Amino acid sequence: MLEYAIKGDKKYYGWIAFLLGLIGVGFGFYLWQLKFGLGITGLSRDVSWGFYIAQLTYMVGVAAGGVMVVIPYYLHDYKAFGRITVLGEFLAIASLIVCMLSVVVDLGQPMRVLNVILHPSPRSMLFYDMIVLNGYLLLNLVVGWNVLQAERNGTHYPMWVTPLIYLSIPFAISIHTVTAFLYCGLPGRGFWLTAILAPRFLASAFAAGPALLILLSLIIRRVSNFDPGREQIQTLAKIITYALIANLFFFGCEIFVAFYSGIPEHMDHIKYLFVGIHGHGVLVPWMWSSMALMVLALILLIPPITRQNEGVLAVACIMLFIGAWIDKGLGLISAGFVPNPLHEVNEYFPTFPEVMITIGVYAIGALVLTILYKITIGVKEEVRA
Amino acid sequence: MEDSRRRFLKIAGIAALGMGAAPVIDAVAASGGHGAEPHMRKGADALSAKQWGIVIDTTKLDHEKVEHIIEACHSIHNVPDISAEKVGEKVAKRHEVKWIWETHFHNAFPNLPSKYMSEAVEESPFLVLCNHCEDPPCVQACPTQATFKRPDGIVLMDFHRCIGCRFCMAACPYGSRSFNLRDPRPFIKETNLAFPTRTKGVVEKCNFCAERLAVGQPPACVEASEGAMIFGDLEDPHSDIREVLREHYTIRRKVALGTGPAVYYII
Amino acid sequence: MNDKGKIIAGIIIFFVVAAFPFWFNMFMEKAPAPELVLTPKAQAAKVCVRDTEFMTANHMQLLDEWRDTVVRKAERIYVNAEGKEFNMSLSNTCLDCHSNKAEFCDRCHQYASIEPYCWDCHIDNPKETK
Repeated sequence: MLEYAIKGDKKYYGWIAFLLGLIGVGFGFYLWQLKFGLGITGLSRDVSWGFYIAQLTYMVGVAAGGVMVVIPYYLHDYKAFGRITVLGEFLAIASLIVCMLSVVVDLGQPMRVLNVILHPSPRSMLFYDMIVLNGYLLLNLVVGWNVLQAERNGTHYPMWVTPLIYLSIPFAISIHTVTAFLYCGLPGRGFWLTAILAPRFLASAFAAGPALLILLSLIIRRVSNFDPGREQIQTLAKIITYALIANLFFFGCEIFVAFYSGIPEHMDHIKYLFVGIHGHGVLVPWMWSSMALMVLALILLIPPITRQNEGVLAVACIMLFIGAWIDKGLGLISAGFVPNPLHEVNEYFPTFPEVMITIGVYAIGALVLTILYKITIGVKEEVRA
Repeated sequence: MEDSRRRFLKIAGIAALGMGAAPVIDAVAASGGHGAEPHMRKGADALSAKQWGIVIDTTKLDHEKVEHIIEACHSIHNVPDISAEKVGEKVAKRHEVKWIWETHFHNAFPNLPSKYMSEAVEESPFLVLCNHCEDPPCVQACPTQATFKRPDGIVLMDFHRCIGCRFCMAACPYGSRSFNLRDPRPFIKETNLAFPTRTKGVVEKCNFCAERLAVGQPPACVEASEGAMIFGDLEDPHSDIREVLREHYTIRRKVALGTGPAVYYII
Repeated sequence: MNDKGKIIAGIIIFFVVAAFPFWFNMFMEKAPAPELVLTPKAQAAKVCVRDTEFMTANHMQLLDEWRDTVVRKAERIYVNAEGKEFNMSLSNTCLDCHSNKAEFCDRCHQYASIEPYCWDCHIDNPKETK
């Protein structure tokens, strides 16, 4: 089926060339990082995780969001989603590649990364993260490819694929729960030490992932002859509406616990994000924007009249995606580290090289997604012809 | 056609097995010793314990002494001094590497300070360092066990294995760990040629002077403190450190977290 | 099969290029084996921690064992088969005798195009004052 990926028009190859350009630039900056060290980023002794890990955290949620298509179709026989399960699975693959590359570019000694396999550490959450991320990637690759191939051949997918599909559902939940467990099991980081972190992660994942899928579906409809379907997009829109409500509600719970109890240690990290402390508040405008974006998105998503207007829906999805990205990416990570365990404030903000490397990583994900979607569209167009 | 393809695969498989057997057998076979086998052991002077600990008597410390203690540790361990003069103030703060340093009471013990406090405690310098916890969250977090707890209680870094993921830094509730965001060598004031430096991309922290304990010497900070710091085996009821702990009221940092820090403070 | 000629030509070119290392060395001047210089101290010691043949073939494995034992097992003394004791330290034992890294260690490493990263951390000139 790979041949579908090399038969494209000028716009397709132009897009691929653009992505390759971004990848090349990002790679150049990464070579600089390898030579100099992670000092070219904004990382510091206090904020030791930053933009790169933020991308891992966010995109692992986007990857898990693919399961929101799989569950209704395979578990509850919602036939309409049969059209787009492969789109969800391939989005998960591209997202996971962004996740894993984000980790690799974040490592201080990336050439030693195989030590995680050579010296298994069952007490470490990163060990399980490696297992479930790779496992879910493999599952989606095998399932998505075989289902698509069966569609192209006009047959049912082979029977051995079925247990893998069912396995991918708990795996999807696990990738984001394990990633949440990276944070919420650390005794010294009060902002993250909350049972609601994993549920909050899942809620924002099930909002952001399908939101991106909606946007991609609208783009696919525009650039090809394959229409993912109006009903499918509307169902996804309903799903993200509820997920976004849950996400904001969980955040509201966090605010209540911190500020009603009045415990300074709990309040401090949230105060840092939204009003700043000791004169430091570089993230304050970002956090308020993030809240505004998510609330506005919700205002557009709740009334059926706006949700059913696909133009407005697209805007709502973009706002949701960016708002959730700021909240989960920048906000979550920085607030965990500021103030530090000695109650000192040292802020973090990503630097230009750091952003360029991240763009390169996203471009690789976009390239993988483009190729996989081109194949999918090729098959679906041919089948429907 | 199928028969000969199957035959070919069978023969190829057996050949691969045969070719793979020889190196396996070689590896498993004994290396043929001549006389005694080479072996490794601890030095005769090496100090041992079940759980090393330190008591810091803050009543005996002043700023000068504290500076002297920090200098002793950082100089023999080739800890880089990434100074503001060289890289600018902001970058110096970000890229800072420190194993032991001075802070105030309300930074060392963020949950303890009262509104009205003893002047002495408010003004005293407090030394903070890795607590070599009994149940270290950093050891639990490390995905390669590059951070590990030795049988003698020291939480040690294996710089050969560290992948620089910095999960241990997130896990440490005391902020004791530093990461080499850049090559430390240009910033080492005077290299101690008997001790390695580190390289960029690995995490480091106090190592309880494991290299000194191995040759019967006390940790450098303890020696430089001239009696303000005492070290010993916390699990030996007859040790000096246990004697001190019986005689004085001591506190530890963030005890409620259950990490079991092995650094005690007399205030 | 109109392209038969091109395909065969391509295969031949591929094999010529792939076999480059072999036929180049057959017909051109070989790089000479590295010449190692022993310091007076090394010459006086006559034999290293283990015999020369072992050290030449296995010093990397030995150092790997040493570094894990020192760091992870807290054992610092190596007793060889003859009962001689050594402190397991690259900079303080190995380079104590072989203090001329550029004329000793580097010679073979450069010949084999190896860049061990040991020197990123371990001091490679412990005898020189900075």
